[in-house]
Parts: sequence; C-alpha cells; structure tokens
Amino acid sequence: MYVIKYKKIWYSISVALLTASLFAMFVYGFNLSIDFKGGTITEVSYADRPAKETIESKIDQSGASVRASGEHNYVIRTKEPLKVDLGGEIVRQNTIGPIAGAELRSKALLAITVVVLMIVLFITFAFRKVSKPVSSWKYGLATVVALAHDVIIPTGIFVYLGFIAGYEIDLLFVTGLLAILGYSVHDTIVVFDRVRENLINKNSGEEFETTVGKSVSQTFARSINTSVTIFITLVALYIFGPTATKHFALLLTIGVIIGTYSSIFIASPLLVTFFRLQRKKGQV
Amino acid sequence: MRKHGIISIILLTFFALIGWYFFFNEMSANRPFRYGLDLVGGTELVYRADTSGVEDANGAMETLKEVIERRVNIFGVSEPLVQTERAGLVSGNSEDRLIVELPGVKDLDRAIALIGETPILEFRLARPGFEQIAAENPQTSVDALFAPTELTGRYLERARVEFNPTTGEAMVGLEFNSEGREIFATLTREHKGEVLAIILDGVALSVPVIQDEIRDGKAQITGAFTPEEAKELVRNLNYGALPVPIELSTSQSIGATLGEQALDAGVRAGLIGFVALSLFLVLWYRLPGLVSIVALVSYIILSLTIFKLVPVTLTAAGVAGFILSIGMAVDANVLIFERSKEELKKGKSIHDALHEGFHRAWLSIRDSNISSIITAIVLFWLGTSAVKGFALTLGIGVLVSMFTALTLSRTFLFAIAPEKESRLKRFLFSNGIHFENSKLKIEN
Repeated sequence: MYVIKYKKIWYSISVALLTASLFAMFVYGFNLSIDFKGGTITEVSYADRPAKETIESKIDQSGASVRASGEHNYVIRTKEPLKVDLGGEIVRQNTIGPIAGAELRSKALLAITVVVLMIVLFITFAFRKVSKPVSSWKYGLATVVALAHDVIIPTGIFVYLGFIAGYEIDLLFVTGLLAILGYSVHDTIVVFDRVRENLINKNSGEEFETTVGKSVSQTFARSINTSVTIFITLVALYIFGPTATKHFALLLTIGVIIGTYSSIFIASPLLVTFFRLQRKKGQV
Repeated sequence: MRKHGIISIILLTFFALIGWYFFFNEMSANRPFRYGLDLVGGTELVYRADTSGVEDANGAMETLKEVIERRVNIFGVSEPLVQTERAGLVSGNSEDRLIVELPGVKDLDRAIALIGETPILEFRLARPGFEQIAAENPQTSVDALFAPTELTGRYLERARVEFNPTTGEAMVGLEFNSEGREIFATLTREHKGEVLAIILDGVALSVPVIQDEIRDGKAQITGAFTPEEAKELVRNLNYGALPVPIELSTSQSIGATLGEQALDAGVRAGLIGFVALSLFLVLWYRLPGLVSIVALVSYIILSLTIFKLVPVTLTAAGVAGFILSIGMAVDANVLIFERSKEELKKGKSIHDALHEGFHRAWLSIRDSNISSIITAIVLFWLGTSAVKGFALTLGIGVLVSMFTALTLSRTFLFAIAPEKESRLKRFLFSNGIHFENSKLKIEN
C-alpha cells in the first residue's frame, strides 16, 4: 500500500506545514479579538461611505483600528466604548471587559485540554481489546498526533491570514477548532476501526504493516466521501452563509481537508512507525 | 422483506406526522423558533454580580433576577430574557453573572441606563463616634462609618411617597416583607438607642436614632426631598432595589437588518448545501443514495422540531452548526453503503451485503460519533450564548442522525433489498466508479 510505503514523504509534507505554522505563530503572533482581550468593536453603516481618514480623525482614543467591511460599512475596534458620533448608523456594537476577556481565554484553553484528554481516554478504552502487536494507548497517541496536526496547521493558516487580511482569533475560532478536534478523531476512528477488525480476523503470519495498509485501502473511499459530504455543506455555508460565520466556515473547511489527510496519511503510518520502534527495542 | 416493508411504512408515517406538525406549527407560529439576538437584532448585557457580602447568595441572585425582570418589563421590551449564572465548576465562571437579553432594543446606552442605574438600598449601624469622624474628614468612606447589617433592599416589600402631617414635607415610606419585618424587629430591639443609617448607593440618606423596637416592619426615610425626588426614589426602590451590586462586564448590540440578513443567508446556505449534497448522494450511491436523502429529510424535520420544542436558541453559529451537522448526518449512511458495496464485491447477495454492511459499519459509526458528542458537551460548557447555540445544534444533530441512521436508513434498505437479483439491480445498489465486471478499482 503506497500510503504506508511512502510514509516518509507524507511525514515530510506535514513536518513542513507544521514548521511553517509554528513559525507563523511565533513571528506574527495571535491576532486576538476582543473576546479574549477586552475592548469594543463597532460596525457603522453609511449610505455614502466617507474616507477612512475622516473616521479615524474623529475617534478620540489611541490605538483604534478602522477597517472597511462590505460596500457600506466600517468596523472600528477600540479599547473603550466609542463616545463620539461618527455619523452613519451603528449596526453592531460589542464591548467586552478585560476581566471577562481574560477569563474566556483561560476557559478556552481549559476546554481544549479537556477535549483532548477525554478523547485520548475514550480511544484507549475503545481499542482496549487490541493490545497486540501495538498496545491500545498507542492508537490513542497516534490519534493525538493527528489531532495536534489538524489543529496546528489551520491555526497557522489563520495566524497568517490575520497578518495579511486581519483575520481574528475569536471565540468562534476556538469553537471551530474544537469542532475540528471532534471531526479529526471521528475520521481517524473510521480507519482504526478497520485495523481493529482486520487484526482480529487476520491470517496468522500476516505482517502488521500489511494489515494496516489493507485497512487504509479498504477505508480510503469512505474517508474521502464522508469528508466530501461535509465539505459540500461547508462550502455552501462559506459562499452563501452569513458574514458572521464566513471565517468560521473557512476554518472548518480547512480543518476537514487537513483532518482527512491526517487520518489517512499520518495516523495510520504512525501505527506502523510505532510498531517498528517497538520491534527495534526487542519487545514485540 | 415484508417485515421491513411494514416497519418502513410505519416509520414514514411517523416522520410524515412530525413533518405535518412542524409545517402547521410554522404556519400558525404558536411555537416559533427562538432566535438569538444576532439573528433578530437587539442588545445583550452581561453583568458581574458581587455576592461576597451576602450569606444566601442563591436567594440574592434569584431576587436580583426578579428585580431586573420587573425593571425591564416596565420599559415595554417584548420577550426579554433575564438569566443568572452562578460561579463554579458547572458554569466554569469565576463570578456570579446576570445576563439580560433585550430583543429589538437598538440603543445600547439607553439599555445600559435602563438596567444599570438602579440603586442599592442598605441599612447600616453607625460605628462609635461616626459623627466626629465624618466631621473631621468628610472623605471617609461609608464602610468606615457604618457597619453593614443583614437588612437590605432585598427585603423591601414596597416603598411609597408619604407626607409629614405636621410639616407637609415629602418623605419615603418603606414596608418590609415578613422576613424583613423580623430582621428589622430584631435589629431595632438589640440596638435601641443606636443610629441606623439608611444608605442608598453608598450615600447615607438619613441617620435616624432607633427609638424603640419596630415590629410592624415600617420605616420612613426623611430628608429634604422635593415631592418629585421622593417619587423618583420610590419608583427606583420599587422597581430596582438591587440585593447585590452589579457591574457591566460585556455588552453587545446588533441592528435588526444585520440580523435579518444573517438569518436569510443562513437559510439560503442550508438549502443550497442540502440540494448539492442530495445530488452527490444520488449520483454516487444511486438507489441507496435516494434512501439516504429520505433519511436526511427526516433528520432535518426531526431536528428542527426538537429545536422548536426544547426550545433551542438559534444563533448564527447555531445555524452554522446545524448546516455542518447536515453534512455529518449522512456520514453514517456513507459508512453503511461503502461497507455494503465491499460485501457486494465479495460476491454476496444484495440482501446479505446490506445486512453485513450495516452490522459491520455500526461500530465505527458509534465510536466516531462519541467523539463529536464529547466535543459538543465541552463546547456547551465553554460557551457564551453564541457558542452554546453551536454546541447544542451540533450535539442534537449527531444524536438525531444516529437515530435516523439506525431506524430509517436501515429499515428502508432492508425493505427495498430485492429477493431476486439482476444486473440492473446490482448496478442500482453498487456505487461510485465501480462497475460489475469492470477492472476499475481503487485498490493497491
């Protein structure tokens, strides 16, 4: 099976993407939204939109950012609620206190940690019957590596988009990330489930990597197809859906693509790699 | 399979009835969808409530909610929502919260004024020598001058404007509820001769000396009130004597047009996604694909009915979660079909292949959906209202889709599985680019 045979190629692609993502995070940093750092976001709509400088000159605070949105609107981010009249009509205003922001930040990190932990526990439990030749927690480990992969790369892409197009890391982003977590595992389980089944029914003498390879090729079409169905609805949501969830839909779309890739090209080959490491140590 | 045929008809009738209920309900609008503020427009205010000073924090929060509800109601907002959230592990909050949702209210500042400028009424005993301290240093805080007592605005039954019969001066009469009456009686009995200050929003309004035990739970605030001032104070006390101090922590307002556009776009995206998905299913999975579309329609109707009945507050993120779940709902079907196809390739009869396919696919359907449910639960816990909407629609979606896969898809497939086979029938039940006798295969 070429997926197993050329695993070094897939590993290299992923390592390159991961490095680029981590690089983006360290160099550009996270463009946190007011959800996490507090502040005010105001969207003002104008029948005849004035120049950006006109708006900027009216704002009485430092550190304000004005960004055009759609054809008629400006989205203005400030530290304190706006007290000046900017003309036009305020269509949306959102103020979050710094304490509430900090609290949400720690809550979001906690939520991600809890989801990861629970999923590892669940996988270890679900695969408890297969402990030979690779013990069940290693299935959990492979899933987590795939999962970290599926979270880091879309985050890296969004950090980069934040740098070039002002995309923000907000609460909806974290929500999307957690949905990706769930999906990534969902997809990996479909492949691992087949490995589990084939291991129980396999002919004696069949190599472990042959079993994994066979499982991957048997589940290949359905992994792709379950992703295609989600992909179709997400693309519809991205193109036709509300502005409020456009970035969210984009994040999920990227997540689904990366998640499908990782469950086939990363998680399954990793099982084989774990098996080989184990054999090298002489503890088959 | 006659047995499955009959069950199919029963199931179809069941879902048709739900559909019928849903349709007429939607027409008569007696149980409309509940939309979040981001879809209908309005204002949401979240306050931090400081309950550190009260013993019975639960009771105080309950009273706070009632007071705010009363206050919101006199301003004539339709369908306001006032909620409290306690601090703790369950909510994940480090503080007690008061959440006020005002649909249709666009003016954020007015809304804040409406809720926020509510007075806190306290009764405090003067500390020894308070007059002297206050005279020497007018800046001394109320806390340093007066010691708190149990008696606060939360025990107030009502306030009214009264006039001193001799001087004609306006004053404010207070009447406590039964609990307050007892506290007031004990307080006045035990501290006879001391000064009991009436403090409003941290300002001592009057500093009367307790003459005798007061058993009837009545008191007066005297001072240099004009009748108008007295009237305003009475209104504030009646509608807004808050049991605990609150502080605005986040606020959000969304215009109605923006919300309407978001809702329209969400519905449009859902419909287009559904049509595109259906096309894919029929083209790729043929007859079983058609079955999965019936299952999908049932899934959509059942979920939407649940959203109405619970009711689930639909936000933009919630709508996104539901659209995502439409894509995920067919997952189970895809897993069953692919597995059946595989069994068909092994040379099994259509009937056996479908049974085997369903049986074998079930484990991976179950396990993979559990991870989505874990995510939904944690998200619900994390959430502000927007995220909760997403978690709830996703979670309900996953559960309902498992249910429809288990009942509808399964029974239908078994029901239409032919007893006699032909090449056409095998073609209809296979899928993708795999043809009988052809060499096109996706394998190594």
